[in-house]
Amino acid sequence: MNPSGAVRSKLLRPLAMALTPSSSPYSATLGSIVSRRNFASSSSDEVLTIETSVPFTSHKCEPPSRSVQTTPKELMGFFQDMALMRRMEIAADSLYKAKLIRGFCHLYDGQEAVAVGMEAAITRKDCIITAYRDHCIYLGRGGTLVESFAELMGRTGGCSKGKGGSMHFYKKENGFYGGHGIVGAQIPLGCGLAFGQKYTKDETVTFTLYGDGAANQGQLFEALNIAALWDLPAILVCENNHYGMGTAEWRAAKSPAYYKRGDYVPGLKVDGMDVLAVKQACLFAKEHALKNGPIILEMDTYRYHGHSMSDPGSTYRTRDEISGVRQERDPLERVRKLILGNDIATVAELKDIEKQAKKEVDEAIAKAKESPMPDPSGLFSDVYVKGYGTEAFGADRKEVKSVLP
Amino acid sequence: MRSITMVQKLGKVLTNTRRFSSANSISSKPINLFSAINQALDLALDTDPRSYIFGEDVRFGGVFRCTMGLADKYGKHRVFNTPLCEQGIVGFGIGLAAMGNRAIAEIQFADYIFPAFDQIVNEAAKFRYRSGNQFNCGGLTVRAPYGAVGHGGHYHSQSPEAFFCHVPGLKVVIPRGPKQAKGLLLSCIRDPNPIVFFEPKWLYRLAVEEVPEDDYMFPLSQAEVIREGSDITLVGWGAQLQVMEQACVDAAQEGISCELIDLRTLVPWDKETVEASVRKTGRLLVSHEAPITGGFGAEISASIVERCFLRLEAPIARVCGLDTPFPLVFEPFYMPTKNKILDAIKATVNY
Ligand SMILES: Cc1ncc(C[n+]2csc(CCOP(=O)(O)OP(=O)(O)O)c2C)c(N)n1
Ligand SMILES: [Mg+2]
Repeated sequence: MNPSGAVRSKLLRPLAMALTPSSSPYSATLGSIVSRRNFASSSSDEVLTIETSVPFTSHKCEPPSRSVQTTPKELMGFFQDMALMRRMEIAADSLYKAKLIRGFCHLYDGQEAVAVGMEAAITRKDCIITAYRDHCIYLGRGGTLVESFAELMGRTGGCSKGKGGSMHFYKKENGFYGGHGIVGAQIPLGCGLAFGQKYTKDETVTFTLYGDGAANQGQLFEALNIAALWDLPAILVCENNHYGMGTAEWRAAKSPAYYKRGDYVPGLKVDGMDVLAVKQACLFAKEHALKNGPIILEMDTYRYHGHSMSDPGSTYRTRDEISGVRQERDPLERVRKLILGNDIATVAELKDIEKQAKKEVDEAIAKAKESPMPDPSGLFSDVYVKGYGTEAFGADRKEVKSVLP
Repeated sequence: MRSITMVQKLGKVLTNTRRFSSANSISSKPINLFSAINQALDLALDTDPRSYIFGEDVRFGGVFRCTMGLADKYGKHRVFNTPLCEQGIVGFGIGLAAMGNRAIAEIQFADYIFPAFDQIVNEAAKFRYRSGNQFNCGGLTVRAPYGAVGHGGHYHSQSPEAFFCHVPGLKVVIPRGPKQAKGLLLSCIRDPNPIVFFEPKWLYRLAVEEVPEDDYMFPLSQAEVIREGSDITLVGWGAQLQVMEQACVDAAQEGISCELIDLRTLVPWDKETVEASVRKTGRLLVSHEAPITGGFGAEISASIVERCFLRLEAPIARVCGLDTPFPLVFEPFYMPTKNKILDAIKATVNY
């Protein structure tokens, strides 16, 4: 809690301390920066060791060390990736308001560190499966901006041929098993993926993402039991952004300590706004899962936007809470400070990266707009396997019919 | 258990009223569909201290504002939020109803009713039968918004009514507009059987009509002829009636006289009203948004063929959603639109 004793949102936590490398008298013990040179090049592979914002809290396991190894190059990559994600989501917001995106659209800004930190710890042979807040997870898995925007706008160039929309991004070749619209449904699917991986014996794992709201679905507990019973290499990642639509976590969960809710399944609570903590936790979890079976990672994170585009996001939480998180815990700002504090790049260089991100996003949108709308015959394709289909009928059941392609 | 006779003292049961005739009420106001639902829920809570409303975010009004203000008025012990767990919501409702309460459960979208499907089908519907009438959950009403909204995509658009029509022990009711919604919902809440009540979400704000302010009910299992005609009978329910009505108007311009029936209760449905109409017109068209194969239109067609085979002058037409998942980008093609209905009317009349 904060030393002044003033009432603060539980969501806020002073991070400045851990971020300022040498000004703090505790820097040595906190180990913010152990090795540091004056002019670290932004492309350098020199190892930096940085302390996570807060310690990990664990359940039935020894938590990993707070000292995370990184490099200037990795930090720059994190900044770039998160800047791009942030920009993409802001652009999606405008496209939605311009009615170029239809359907339901859920944005990820605020939660970027989870997607980026997770990717830093795993390979594309590991699987990720998530719910509908999937744009940035897709980007993290190597998806392109053009395919993202094309999918959002329902164009054939989209990652699901325009047929899935915002909630249904997929990238099979990179192990992204996609977005799911039904809350909680993806969790047992993740167990099935992990079971498959166990048999391939190639030391891969599945990261199954779900929200704090989804954590109250019975399916989670069915999945946990299955995963533990069969020692599956399954990592259950609860992205706790503290609200399920308009419902604060504590209103919906008797125990909002989601990392403990696996009971017999070990868990770890992670600052999901700290990309390095996320990376460390995911490295730890992957190793754990391959050796011992499932583990829960609760990512303490925050979504800046409302739940979906129809939610202003300000009726069930205060504006102060949102701006407080932005000021004190923003994942992008955290990395910016680390980069500046370690003389890896200059303020102007980082600004340029953000400008570049905006440019890339704008160009991708223009390109995506050139992608054609799907042909109406696409309505009938992919319902069944080609050649194994049946007939699909139109209005009169006689003339308007299509043998599924 | 409360009996239906006691319930009838609460609000008057209106017989089949024409859409534009007054419901013999003291006063009425033009309101939209979600406000009409809100009024019905308000009356249900007011007239029965053992009635409860629960679901995801209902205490704050729910995503469609149907429960606005009710928690403030009746307290958060009677109007409360549940966690995000549909199976739990309905199972809980069955237990609550089994204790003699009126349990009004909201499922946020009909697309999310499937996690609760087992509870509805295996528990709610069969509780009375399998316990030899010792137990029942007749006080249970499950409300869920259904149907297309123009751009809802796969999981905010479906019309799952037919799944529930296949389950003896359940009733399925769908209103077409504000006035019907209020009267039918009150009947459902007070009916001693478990009921799934689907609300046409497209019309929540769009449909505005005069709704009596008092406590009134429309009888279940009674269809309503909302437009009289002599050439062909059209049967539908919910939001689809608006589309069908436009088709009727267009058909009239081409000299075809359509009779339009709102089924209102899908199970158990009013075969007599539909049969009487088809006997008169000799032709039938059924229309719904759900995919055609296995849709409730199939049941209506089969029953009417059984009853009116010799009177039919043309095959029964079904204008329904296509046999595909509800699409995101192809919604206009998927939907049983006015023009599709009009074509089918002409084809049937000219058969
Ligand atoms: C089975 C089901 N019930 C309800 C919904 C509607 N719904 C969509 S998202 C959501 C809240 C989920 O919150 P959380 O799991 O915390 O994820 P977040 O949106 O915060 O990422 C709800 C209730 C749904 N999609 N599926
Ligand atoms: Mg959440």
